[in-house]
Amino acid sequence: MNTKRRNISDTTILLTITIVVFFAMYIGAMIFQGKGFLKLQTFLNILNANAALILMACGLTLVMIIGSIDISVGGVAALVSMCCAVYLDRNVLSPEKNLTPGNVAVSMLIALGIGLAYGLVQGYLIAYLDIQPFIVSLAGMFFARGMTTIVHTNPFNVENEAFNRLKEPIRIAFLGTVNKKGKLVPAKIEIGVFIALLIVIILFFVLRYTKLGRSFYAVGGNRTSALMLGINVKRTKFFAHLMCGVLAGIGGYVYFLHVGSGAASHATGAEMNAIASSIIGGTMLTGGVGNIIGTLFGVMSLATIQSIVSSAGFDQAWWTGITVAAMLCLFLVVQSIVIARKKKSLKKQ
Amino acid sequence: MGKEVLKMRGIDKVFPGVHALQNVDFTLCEGEIHALMGENGAGKSTLIKVLTGVYTKDEGEIILNDNAVSIKSPQDAQNLGISTVYQEITLCPNLSVAENMFIGREHSTIRNWKKMNEDAGKILNELAIPAKPAQQLASCSIAVQQMVAIARAVDMDCKVLILDEPTSSLDEQEVEKLFKLMRDLKAKGVGIIFVTHFLDQVYEVCDKITVLRDGQLVGEYEIKDLPRVQLVSKMLGKELDDMSDIKSENAAYEKKANETPVFTATNLSSTEAVYPFDFHINKGEVNGFTGLLGSGRSECVRAIFGADRNLSGEKTKDGKQVKISKPIDAMKKGIAYLPEDRKVDGIVGDLSVRENIVLAYQVLKGAMHPFSKAEAYKFADEYIKLLDIKTASADTPIKSLSGGNQQKVILARWLLTHPDYLILDEPTRGIDVGTKVDIQKLVLKLASEGMAITFISSETDEMLRTCSRLIVMRDRHVVGELTGDDLNQNKIMSTIAGGESDGK
Repeated sequence: MNTKRRNISDTTILLTITIVVFFAMYIGAMIFQGKGFLKLQTFLNILNANAALILMACGLTLVMIIGSIDISVGGVAALVSMCCAVYLDRNVLSPEKNLTPGNVAVSMLIALGIGLAYGLVQGYLIAYLDIQPFIVSLAGMFFARGMTTIVHTNPFNVENEAFNRLKEPIRIAFLGTVNKKGKLVPAKIEIGVFIALLIVIILFFVLRYTKLGRSFYAVGGNRTSALMLGINVKRTKFFAHLMCGVLAGIGGYVYFLHVGSGAASHATGAEMNAIASSIIGGTMLTGGVGNIIGTLFGVMSLATIQSIVSSAGFDQAWWTGITVAAMLCLFLVVQSIVIARKKKSLKKQ
Repeated sequence: MGKEVLKMRGIDKVFPGVHALQNVDFTLCEGEIHALMGENGAGKSTLIKVLTGVYTKDEGEIILNDNAVSIKSPQDAQNLGISTVYQEITLCPNLSVAENMFIGREHSTIRNWKKMNEDAGKILNELAIPAKPAQQLASCSIAVQQMVAIARAVDMDCKVLILDEPTSSLDEQEVEKLFKLMRDLKAKGVGIIFVTHFLDQVYEVCDKITVLRDGQLVGEYEIKDLPRVQLVSKMLGKELDDMSDIKSENAAYEKKANETPVFTATNLSSTEAVYPFDFHINKGEVNGFTGLLGSGRSECVRAIFGADRNLSGEKTKDGKQVKISKPIDAMKKGIAYLPEDRKVDGIVGDLSVRENIVLAYQVLKGAMHPFSKAEAYKFADEYIKLLDIKTASADTPIKSLSGGNQQKVILARWLLTHPDYLILDEPTRGIDVGTKVDIQKLVLKLASEGMAITFISSETDEMLRTCSRLIVMRDRHVVGELTGDDLNQNKIMSTIAGGESDGK
């Protein structure tokens, strides 16, 4: 049995913990909180509301695997929302001209462009000029928040027909339920959820099966060794940050699709939620260990606990904060205990 | 001997303040094992790093198979067929064994795990390395990790294989395995550059020796033309009969009857799985823990020093019972400990030599009692002179010193606290013969002045030269104590090996 245990990597152990805890929590909520959590739509709503966070957390997972960090993603999301909002609803800036509304496809390109620009610049500074990632992305965050306000100061809802159509959740009849009146209520899933899940699948593949993905782990495991093993460490770091930037752009757009408005205060603290989700999902801040599926479950765990707290009547923000903090602590302690135990059992052999 | 596969001509490399390599030539032929020898700081590592693209040379040329090549990164070196196994494991602990063997040199963008594991399994089998392909590297012992690194290098179909002190963490059997591997590769026409401090090993496997000293080429010799004594004198640049001196000094220690031991421990055990043992040491005595790698030598002294949590046991210092549960307790009681792995436990790389020297003394005095910078300089200069530490100044960052000199700085750090009882855990590992002798002599001198010293080394003859009592360990048990006439290689071997049935 011991030999079998030896083959399990740290990543797998942490992933297992996350998945088990998520299901335990959700089933617990179903039993103790009753009705709400028994409905499929409650689960789907959690997904709908957190698709953007999933994307941002994926980006964070990538940079955390290489042992780096990016705290600008929330700011980027806000900037993306605001730029796209202003572009789609041009009348906000100059109502008197009565301009034609912007094209949705172009707004997507704007989102991608902002994300890409962030990834390129931050990646370059961090990977090639070797500047502390925390500092670079701190500056990035301030810049994004500042720019958001410069683009437009007041929050507003977007008036754009094509966009509003896109924003509508997709109705899926066969997942629907029949309500008391005997009428079919189809399940509603926002388009962002599909984007997020698609990207999770792609990233899972990238991290597990591609040269680049494996290089992320190598660089995070030991940077000097990775260099000696013939990995282009700088380029690897650059790509991780580039991908994180692009994911923040996409995440920003999904966020925008969910809220349908532009505001300088959008996605405040999203970067911290993304980091927390990644950690709950089994990614280690020290680098080298992490899993994208874990991150998905990390986001869902975080979101579930938030909705448990609010549906239990503690809907003030601080209760959520305190619960999330407690959960993070719990996860970190469990992680370190499990890993320490594993090391101990190895030493005894 | 085959044709010349690698020629390095007129290599020059300057670091700020140090001319690390001056006009060095090096030639390697197909199918030869070529030892690169020299003291620490002689420029071996620099030369290797120039060849592997970690450093770029300032001048000179590298000719591989008659083509001048420029090597700008470890990748370039790999692509050109130059593989390296470093002393420190340069693999990623978080990846699997198989992945460590193949990452960085895969051709396809998409990973085929199944095939990779099969390939890795084949190589591991061939080389009889006890590891599974899917196992996480961190779960292997250091020796196995080193073997994996070698397996990786070997599989790369290399023309030039560089082994930079690969044997310092291996035990004898493993070294034997490695040598067999080296001979097989040699037969296949691979040129091997072998860097080591173990003279025996050089004479066992090598064909040629190139000696460097102070960044300059001393010469290239056929192994049969260069007896050991001459090799050592070439490395040091002076004739050496210090070895014999030491032996005679050894007899000096005589135990006085009824003396209170400086330190005793009874029934001591720690969390690092050392079985309870008793221990004592007298004033002016040098004793040592010996045993195979992993037998618990270091764990014993760590338990004494309180570096690992004690599970049981009582300790006395100068006859009085003391409680030592943390290193600071031990330091306050006049016990000093020089750890095994200086990179991890010892030096603070970015601090200067001076700061590293006064570190322990400052801790002992407490942060509330600072001493002046002038005083610190005085201490630093005193010990730099006393121990003959080769450094540009007391303000040089310690990480720019060679390994042997770093070790001396750490030794100075502990001597400054004026301990009654000094524990040296592998103080001579990975350092050159000259410094080794210096340290051995110093140990005996300190002991003759009344200090009690525990000395641990993986080289038995070094232990025999310095220690007057040896505690033998096997599988984390103390299995015997040798003194007087029993202090010889054979007796140690038989004690280590003896009564296998009671071991695990």
